[in-house]
Amino acid sequence: MIEAVKLCKNFKDKKRGDIHAVDSVSFTCKPGEIYGLLGANGAGKTTTLRILATILAPSSGTANVAGFDVVREPQKVRAHVGFLSTATALYDRLTAAETVEYFGQLFGLDSATIERRTNELFKALDMDEFRDRRCAKLSTGMKQKVSIARTLIHDPPVMIFDEPTNGLDVMAARSITDFIRQCRDRGKTVIFSTHVMTEVEKLCDHIGIIHGGRMRAEGTLEQLRQNYRKQSLEEIFVEVSGDAR
Amino acid sequence: MNLRNSLIVYHKELRDMLRDKRTIRSMVIIPVIAFPLLFWGIGKVMSSVMGQAAAETAPIMVQGGTNSPKVLAALSKVPGIQVLPYRDDAKQEVSDKKIRALVQIPNDIDTVAADSQSKQVFIGYYENDVKSEMTKDKLQKFFDDYRDSVARDALVARGMSPNILEPFKVQADNVAPPAKVSAAILGGWIPYLIIIFSFTGAMYPAMDLTAGEKERGTLETILSSPVSRTDLVIGKFLMVMTASVVTAVLSLISVGFAGRHMMSGAQQQTMNLSISPSTVVAVAVMLLPLTVLFASMLLAVALLAKSYREAQTYVSPLVFVAVAPAVIGALPGVELNWKTALVPILNTSLVSKEVIGGTYHWTTMLMVFGMTCVYAAISLGAAIYMFNREDVLFRT
Repeated sequence: MIEAVKLCKNFKDKKRGDIHAVDSVSFTCKPGEIYGLLGANGAGKTTTLRILATILAPSSGTANVAGFDVVREPQKVRAHVGFLSTATALYDRLTAAETVEYFGQLFGLDSATIERRTNELFKALDMDEFRDRRCAKLSTGMKQKVSIARTLIHDPPVMIFDEPTNGLDVMAARSITDFIRQCRDRGKTVIFSTHVMTEVEKLCDHIGIIHGGRMRAEGTLEQLRQNYRKQSLEEIFVEVSGDAR
Repeated sequence: MNLRNSLIVYHKELRDMLRDKRTIRSMVIIPVIAFPLLFWGIGKVMSSVMGQAAAETAPIMVQGGTNSPKVLAALSKVPGIQVLPYRDDAKQEVSDKKIRALVQIPNDIDTVAADSQSKQVFIGYYENDVKSEMTKDKLQKFFDDYRDSVARDALVARGMSPNILEPFKVQADNVAPPAKVSAAILGGWIPYLIIIFSFTGAMYPAMDLTAGEKERGTLETILSSPVSRTDLVIGKFLMVMTASVVTAVLSLISVGFAGRHMMSGAQQQTMNLSISPSTVVAVAVMLLPLTVLFASMLLAVALLAKSYREAQTYVSPLVFVAVAPAVIGALPGVELNWKTALVPILNTSLVSKEVIGGTYHWTTMLMVFGMTCVYAAISLGAAIYMFNREDVLFRT
């Protein structure tokens, strides 16, 4: 479960002064659901997701993630979240197995659990072939699989994806979207941000469109279509973002 | 703080670093190979230059002394000297290194009259030119010996004992232990070397584990784990400190090996430095908080940068901050007092110099150790503070 309540994040910029990157954003995402966060570049998606993953602290407001408060219990939140983005790279000089093992240790798992979970994940993701290969030598698709295994090692109830398919080819992107769907099917709470409307249409149970740091529209795909009297999500997105300018 | 988490981070960083060729190069290969090569090269060049100078027959020009045939005859027989006819541009010839020296001999140098005034022989040479200096030394010895023989002959001719010339002899000998004598020369430079190498050894890992991680995108990955930022810094700090200590230790072993096996006998005599195990322990203890200071300071500064290249521009000027006090500490005459004991780096350099020289001022040592621990703690606190600042971690 994710419940964001009036989340705000302000930055100071020497040239632009005070920036309200996230401005009073509230939404709820339930277990077994995928929540799609849509927005143009600089809309505030990444900042919102970083706050939920407790990589950034909110300036005001709060969020409850997996039963823990992001402001008061950030370490507990992180222990129950899997966070994956194009900015979360892998260590080139560690092998696929060492990377997953390292994160297992950081999540406080004992070595027997790490070994069992690693074997399960490597089998499920078909990673045994490159298990002992260093990450620097892996293809983009293989790296994505290692990242997925890294986020799943502690079997978190909440998954946060920040533009996870950005820059990936069709096959690699497809493996990610399949993985997101599987997470939902296992009853996990999933939130993800993207620019790709077709991904949202295929995957998301709930959609939030964010612009200028504020939540401009929210609902299921059907609700949005009815509210804006448009069939295409892209058209809805353009109208919402355009109105907000 | 959770030490288990810090150690997990430390072990990962250690494994990562040991697989990085750039680290191995800067931490192991360069110090281990550079010093023996440097000492061997210097020894080779020096012995070659000295050998050539000693084997040379040095051309000189002599002016005057026309009515003193004995001195001219004796001079022409000095081994390794070739007397050329005098020309007016003799000084220029010395300056152009065409001849090694010029000699001006006054008249009547062969004889000593009862009322004669002291005469002066002039030797013109090229200072700091090895061949010219060696020729000057030969000529000086020749004229000293010749002067003594002229004086001795004059005394004998007057029926007096030549011993009048030397009623007593003076002998000066070093009575201090050779190790202490060497320590006076080298004692300052050993801490200097350790300080420089512990600093440079920490530089590369500090930049790689901060700005390098930002650049590669792995910092956000680790920040998404439940490890606290303080545990993360401590793990990284332990890695940087390890690199610092290993580089310093390897460099010193390398210097010691090179000094023992790759220097000429004469060079070894000057470096006859025996350091007891207790001195090594004392110096190591004094230097330990300094490596903490370096590792945490470099981490804090390098974290400000967005990329490895930017980190280099921030960290490079810090080399001078470390080198300047270390050089001052190595200079002879700079002593430890309550003022210098407060200056970081300089205080450690000076106290280590004293310890190597066999002087243990326990109160001062304790004060310097305590002060460096305070500076190190402040620096480590600054590194932790920086790692907890979002505007530093996510600078755009």
